[in-house]
Amino acid sequence: MIDPILEELQRNSRSTPEELAKLFHLDAAEITAKIQGWEADGTILGYHAVIDPERAGHTGVTAFIEVKLTPEREGGFDRIARRISKFSQVTSCYLMSGGYDLVVVVEDVNLRAVAQFIAEKLSTLEGVLSTSTHFQLKVYKESRFTIQGESHSGRLPVVP
Amino acid sequence: MNNLASKVSRQLQQIPKSGIRDFFELVQGREDVISLGVGEPDFSAPWHIREAAIYCLESGNTAYTSNLGLLALREEISTYVQRYFGPSYDPKTEILVTVGVSEALDLAFRALLNPGDEVIYHEPCYVSYSPSIVMAYGKPVTVHTRLEDNFALRASDVAAAITERTRVIVLNFPTNPTGAIEPVDELEKIAKLAVEHDLIVITDEIYSELIYDDTDAAKVPSHTSIVSFPGMRERTILLHGFSKAYAMTGFRLGYSCAPNILTDAMMKVHQYSMLCASIIAQKAGIEALRNGAAEVENMRHEYALRRNLMLEGFARIGIPCFPPGGAFYLFPDISRFGLSSRDFAFRLLEQESVAVVPGTAFGVSGEGCVRACYATGRAELEEALVRIERFVKGLG
Repeated sequence: MIDPILEELQRNSRSTPEELAKLFHLDAAEITAKIQGWEADGTILGYHAVIDPERAGHTGVTAFIEVKLTPEREGGFDRIARRISKFSQVTSCYLMSGGYDLVVVVEDVNLRAVAQFIAEKLSTLEGVLSTSTHFQLKVYKESRFTIQGESHSGRLPVVP
Repeated sequence: MNNLASKVSRQLQQIPKSGIRDFFELVQGREDVISLGVGEPDFSAPWHIREAAIYCLESGNTAYTSNLGLLALREEISTYVQRYFGPSYDPKTEILVTVGVSEALDLAFRALLNPGDEVIYHEPCYVSYSPSIVMAYGKPVTVHTRLEDNFALRASDVAAAITERTRVIVLNFPTNPTGAIEPVDELEKIAKLAVEHDLIVITDEIYSELIYDDTDAAKVPSHTSIVSFPGMRERTILLHGFSKAYAMTGFRLGYSCAPNILTDAMMKVHQYSMLCASIIAQKAGIEALRNGAAEVENMRHEYALRRNLMLEGFARIGIPCFPPGGAFYLFPDISRFGLSSRDFAFRLLEQESVAVVPGTAFGVSGEGCVRACYATGRAELEEALVRIERFVKGLG
């Protein structure tokens, strides 16, 4: 099971050590030490805001690219997957079960830029057999946040 | 027609207006209020449960169900109750699905009481116990729990309240409004009293999943119900429902587990008054019991964190508050400020727009305390604490 403090940070990375201390009946200093430990050993990779791209006026495009690979004799898919991950357009990269090997999530300024990345970089890599690209049309839920929030229940202010 | 008041039944006339009512009216007219006065979760029912209700409507399931409730639901209840509370109940003859625990409680009193029969219950408590007893022509006998005991019930106090006319003891642990839980040894003594005096016990278990460990929010303590003691299954009516643990208050779904003869008696009242609980709620209930455990734990864990937050806050402000083992209420002791519970709550609302419920709304033994519900977002709880701190500083 993952540490509940880590879970809490995963939900809201802005929680301060002081706030977490109150929630977990711990010392703020202990919490700070834990977080620093996770940052140092790579358990916490980073922090970001989860945004609604439409509201934020995001005009770029996001593509989900299925990639088929030839596994290497030593190292399987790791070397090539890591290589693909390093491109700055790639926001996520997962090894998958099923009909293809990788899902590569790519964000770029426009369709042309994504197409160029695929044509020039991705599909020319040694070991890449084929790609199939799906463009994202609309976001309904992002990192656990639904875009259209719920009209919250009209609770009565005082209930026995 | 004049003097309509005299047309209202004498039995009902004896029941005073709810102590919470005037306070509710006062809060309702105001904006910017942070309410710690609620008695229900701030979460909506988990989506998969709502989705099951939608599916029920979509597929045209809109008819009455069996008076006892859908058999599939009773089977799920039977499995769940055995796992969580211990005893096993026959889904065909010993489980009755009701419109919330409130209805089940009313059924139980009407099924058990002859005029003048005495019912022992502990205060401070949920507001409907005493009126429900009176409406069933019973006589409510109050046993007061004490702040010094963290509002646990002393078996010796129960023993002292038992008379020739006592028929029923009502228990509710974790308790609304105090969050108290009952130590297992006292519970065992109360069980022995019930056996010795041949009494029926009604145990309202509505908060029994919402229990907390003082040091580890992720740890779920074990819950002991009086029904699990020797000789108790045959004299206990176990009442439970979906409102609190599954955040399903508006579905109005509860149930009773009791020996066949008692279930039959309650069923008689239920079939002629309610007929059955809504089929939509029942379908949602099946989904809740089959697949809801993870969501219940998520919510419980969140309450555990908020409880810590509020306890820490009250400690910082200097308002004494025992760490209650369950429900989602704190019952801080405000007596040091020299105000009655009512005055404290009214002035806090007036000056800082924070609503807490006066302890006396739950019985005279709630004097000196207020009920603060932490089933509200953390940011609001933090803001409420800031306002409460400012308020009590002003009291000097």
